[in-house]
Amino acid sequence: MSDAQDPAWVRWSLTLAAMAVVGVLIVIPVAQVFVGALGNGLGAYWDNLFADADTRHSIRLTLTVVPLALGANLVFGVAAAWTIARFRFPGRTVLTALIDLPFSVSPVVAGLMFVLIFGLQGYLGPFLRRDGYAVMPYLFSLLGAGLFAGVFVLFRPTRPRPRGSLWNHPGLVGLLGSVAVFAILFFAQQYFEVWPRDQSLKILFATPGLVLATAFVTFPFVARELIPVMEAIGDDEEMAAVSLGANGWQMFWRVTVPNIKWGLAYGIILCNARAMGEFGAVYVVSGHIAGQTDTMPLRVEKLFQEYNLPGSFAVASLLTLLAILTLIVKTGLETRSPTEGPHVD
Amino acid sequence: MSIEVRNVTKTFGSFLAVHDVSVTVPTGELVALLGPSGSGKTSLLRIIAGLERADRGQVFFEGEDATVREARDRGVGFVFQHYALFRHLTVFENVAFGLRVRPRSARPAEAEVRRKVLELLELVQLDWLADRHPAALSGGQRQRVALARALAVEPRVLLLDEPFGSLDAKVRQELRRWLRRLHDTIKVTSVFVTHDQEEALEVADRVVVMNHGRVEQIGTPQEVFDRPATPFVMNFLGHVNIFHGRVESGKALLGPIAMDYPEHPGEQSLPAAGYARPHELEVGRSADADGGLWATLRHVHAAGALVKLELVDDEGHLLQVDVTRQHHEEMQPRHGERLYVRPRTLRVFVHPWRVGA
Repeated sequence: MSDAQDPAWVRWSLTLAAMAVVGVLIVIPVAQVFVGALGNGLGAYWDNLFADADTRHSIRLTLTVVPLALGANLVFGVAAAWTIARFRFPGRTVLTALIDLPFSVSPVVAGLMFVLIFGLQGYLGPFLRRDGYAVMPYLFSLLGAGLFAGVFVLFRPTRPRPRGSLWNHPGLVGLLGSVAVFAILFFAQQYFEVWPRDQSLKILFATPGLVLATAFVTFPFVARELIPVMEAIGDDEEMAAVSLGANGWQMFWRVTVPNIKWGLAYGIILCNARAMGEFGAVYVVSGHIAGQTDTMPLRVEKLFQEYNLPGSFAVASLLTLLAILTLIVKTGLETRSPTEGPHVD
Repeated sequence: MSIEVRNVTKTFGSFLAVHDVSVTVPTGELVALLGPSGSGKTSLLRIIAGLERADRGQVFFEGEDATVREARDRGVGFVFQHYALFRHLTVFENVAFGLRVRPRSARPAEAEVRRKVLELLELVQLDWLADRHPAALSGGQRQRVALARALAVEPRVLLLDEPFGSLDAKVRQELRRWLRRLHDTIKVTSVFVTHDQEEALEVADRVVVMNHGRVEQIGTPQEVFDRPATPFVMNFLGHVNIFHGRVESGKALLGPIAMDYPEHPGEQSLPAAGYARPHELEVGRSADADGGLWATLRHVHAAGALVKLELVDDEGHLLQVDVTRQHHEEMQPRHGERLYVRPRTLRVFVHPWRVGA
């Protein structure tokens, strides 16, 4: 429509301006990364990436941290979106706003928060590091109780079993189960040293801290994508599934997931892209130990500081490649996903 | 299977949706919950289904307390107002859903599922659409798929929320006759919610009229139409003419109309109103009988089985009178003509909040 209204020179100059901006700000720098990385030939590029043990480790660490953070955010994101889209409760708007907090807070500040919580001078740090791995029985029994609650909600049988089935007393089973887990692990730790006694659970300056920081920073992606989708679809189909006899898992897996799968895929991709590139928060909690807690972005920075430009560019090019791949998948999804709900054959 | 709702109350925040409602639905009946929007009829239906939890009160299926059971265990077929078909599944898979989610021990074999689903699709006359997705169906077809899907689990009770609400008038007419015939075939105890009195009166065995979360009247369509228990029911089930006035000493004085009212022999004067449907008024050119009033003819709507006359009395109140076409042709009333209007029957309701005051 604007074709007819705007004179040709306006269209051409605007297009050229946009092209120029994109070229100068995006295309040239990205190309430069690859030029810098490949400047000394393919062999040198390969060596830069895989000959250095610390660089190899950083790649492996990123490939460990990102899936873990992604998995955590998938579970929490779906749970948060479900809560906000399906339930009405006091504090719902506050919760909705809080989900966005990781976006608005500087990643460095996010990292500092974790230092404050888990550092030796922090709130939880001393407790977590007390007496070697003494905290593990607590952690595992809590985790077990949570897991049991989840399983109960999702898979509970349709009607109470006639004879004293365990399903009839979920609270009791959960309590006794977690007490039993605690007792077993406690004795295992005391007498069999399942976890080494002279070490302690490290969160800061170790992989758990990296996962936590990455998960925090990328938390909003999945939930943000899902809330509008779930609100638009409504809970009618889920109610219908329940009235037809589906249990929680069947309802979720057969009805909810197919309806939200595009939003979910989109959220995961964005989350993944952001998680791989995360620098600020990870920088603070990692302690920057080469060969132990350096992820790829941290490695890029360190190599750069050491004047190892080809090495730095090589790792950077790998990150860039992953980003471009993400972009391609995202674009593919956008063209494939139906613009409005149902797919008509 | 019979349904008994006993003293059910439900509030949403400060809004009282259902207030101490008790209803019994005998086995095999088709019952309508009729009321304006916000009258609590849908909430009540969802409480029966277990999709909503009552604050107080119980629901019994065949004498057994169903309140403790969850929706998926109540054996209820629920047809949602906007059908709630699974948009990513074909018609066939929609209907098969309830069979496929059964616990493994009770799940029928694939061949059995197929047979049953096709049988149901035949029942709702949609077997030729089994491979389509819901988005490719018309409203009436979606409605019938939703019904087949609900019937697939062999429900003990069928609940329908505004089953014809979002269909156009013609489809609606056909579908409600079809539903009535279907019910006569399968005989499953059914409750449907509607705000359309015509629909309720035509389809249902019995009608539960609700207003502001309370039951106003329960009865057969004829009972609620001919002997409305409250002014609300009278008003809701069709057009009415209202004559305001008082009752005292065995007389009702309603504007220009005076009549005997033996139900209130006391001398105390109470506000009251007389209600008459348009077909219960007669018009003439002379005041040859008592208990009528003069009014001016404003409009004549002659398109229809009955001729509708609109008159205005001397105090400016509008009167609606239905006369037969034959009567209209014999009488030939003219615009602006003064006519004598007389109620053949008049139901007097003494304002309830003053009773016993």
